[in-house]
Amino acid sequence: MAGNVWIVAEHWKGTITDATHELLAMGRGLADALGVHLEAVLLGHGIRGLAASLGPADAVLYVDHPTLADATGLQASRAVAALASARGPAAILLPTTNVSWDLLGLLPARLDVPLVNFCREVDVVDGALLVGSLLYGGKMAVTVDAGPGPVVLAVLPGAGAASAPGAPEPHVEDVAVDLADDSGVRLLAYEEPEAGDVDITQQDALVAVGRGISSEANLEVAEDLADALGGAVCGSRPVIDQGWLPLVRQVGKSGLTVKPRLYVAAGISGAPEHVEGMKDSELIIAVNTDAGAPIFSVAHYGIVDDATDVLEALAEAVRKRKG
Amino acid sequence: MKILVLMKMVPDIVEELEVAGDGTSLDQEYLRFIVNERDDYALEQALLLRDRLQATVTVVALEAPEIDDVLHTALAKGADRAIRVSGIAVTAGTRAKASALAATLPGIPGVLPVDLVLSGCQAIDDLDGFVGPLLSGAFGLPYLGLVSRIEVDAAAGTAVVAKEYAGGVMGRFEVTLPALLGVQGCEKPPRYVPIAKVRAAMAAGGIEVVAAASEPAATSLAVTAMAKPVTAEHAEMLEGSVRDVVERVADILAARGLI
Repeated sequence: MAGNVWIVAEHWKGTITDATHELLAMGRGLADALGVHLEAVLLGHGIRGLAASLGPADAVLYVDHPTLADATGLQASRAVAALASARGPAAILLPTTNVSWDLLGLLPARLDVPLVNFCREVDVVDGALLVGSLLYGGKMAVTVDAGPGPVVLAVLPGAGAASAPGAPEPHVEDVAVDLADDSGVRLLAYEEPEAGDVDITQQDALVAVGRGISSEANLEVAEDLADALGGAVCGSRPVIDQGWLPLVRQVGKSGLTVKPRLYVAAGISGAPEHVEGMKDSELIIAVNTDAGAPIFSVAHYGIVDDATDVLEALAEAVRKRKG
Repeated sequence: MKILVLMKMVPDIVEELEVAGDGTSLDQEYLRFIVNERDDYALEQALLLRDRLQATVTVVALEAPEIDDVLHTALAKGADRAIRVSGIAVTAGTRAKASALAATLPGIPGVLPVDLVLSGCQAIDDLDGFVGPLLSGAFGLPYLGLVSRIEVDAAAGTAVVAKEYAGGVMGRFEVTLPALLGVQGCEKPPRYVPIAKVRAAMAAGGIEVVAAASEPAATSLAVTAMAKPVTAEHAEMLEGSVRDVVERVADILAARGLI
């Protein structure tokens, strides 16, 4: 009989994350297809109570240790690897989020099992795990035959629906793991972003700019449209890397998740890391010179043209309508 | 203080990607390669530390199209050594590449031991793993990824680094050196270097070539299909002149009460 399916539950600021509920749904489907149990691994210190919300799992393996209190992947990878070596799960599912990032990189190395990255679906065919992943910034979809496992799957947030709430509380098993006290990595502090800038999660309209706006000078055009719409400007990673906008204006994996009434994506290709932060916006209008850009699979309306030209003309059109 | 930077080439996704005849890989014929963007930030971070600490910076990259341009550029920017490891296919998986590097680096004179190893925290073709964590395991070094700032206290043998979480939250960590850090960003964008300086570095030669110590181990994963993603939904495309298109957008916004 195949090993069980595991998900590693992620918690941040005292709550189980949305990405974990998505993993639970995907893991449940996979476990049912394999005819095995779904187990959730919960790591931390004094957070046993969080196990109650991991309902779709048949059981929770809870490891409590002072050095697991913070989100450092080294200690977490030691704990999960020790458990997995003893129990032999067929698949371990983790979210590709910043919180779980180090763990998902380190765990396959420590266990010497393969990783399949950027997953968005998994099927079972003749006992083999067929994993669907997005590569090259979302421009290619691949299918990977991971055999019967063991394998670590790094799952893109937003790839599937979250598990429905209200499942019965799972059985919780306390598991002791022998962990060294010093991993060479110590958390000093979490630092919140500086307040005072615009809160992009509270805007009705966002004009998001990406690499395609070409230069910092073109930000003015985006600012002008945001002003006409009564919203704010935000950006994808390349714009933040250039220092054109502060980190608190970033949408996506390292940034914020936004759900405005209107999201104008200008010169943004639509890599999975960005899409996870804006896909639930009510109305998405994308402008990109590349007709094959993945953003057009997420947007409601698309325009293949130069982003700056379109933003400039749109600002004028909006102002004219508003009188 | 010695810093090692690992760089690699990835397909340029600004170009149109095509699937090869085998249906499982990219068509190499029209493929262009560029340096993995995060690796460029790792190099910048190393050069900033070098200036502050009088460190030496060695750049190591696996053979790939255009890689010599990247290594000459690194030398022109101020790297002390640039090494190309030959014998590993550019199409090999990340796990195989990491194991090849783990086998090869110890045999290159003067490269190891180092105080700090920096690599980009991820690449768009990292289907089966990330170089940083894989190598940190092989070398027994502490690892932290998604790092965007590094300050080194050489006397104490530690680094204080900022790691990105979501929503602009940063974690500040103290890391015992030697360590391997996966770089996400840097306090400033990668420096510009005039083409004349790159040409000078090219003329001076300076790239050391080392054969990989072993064939990469085969991984157990097989890509069985590759295709452009088919999605159930696609945007309704608005076509016409910019003026026509923005008028239609304005209609849509007005109909939804957004303006």
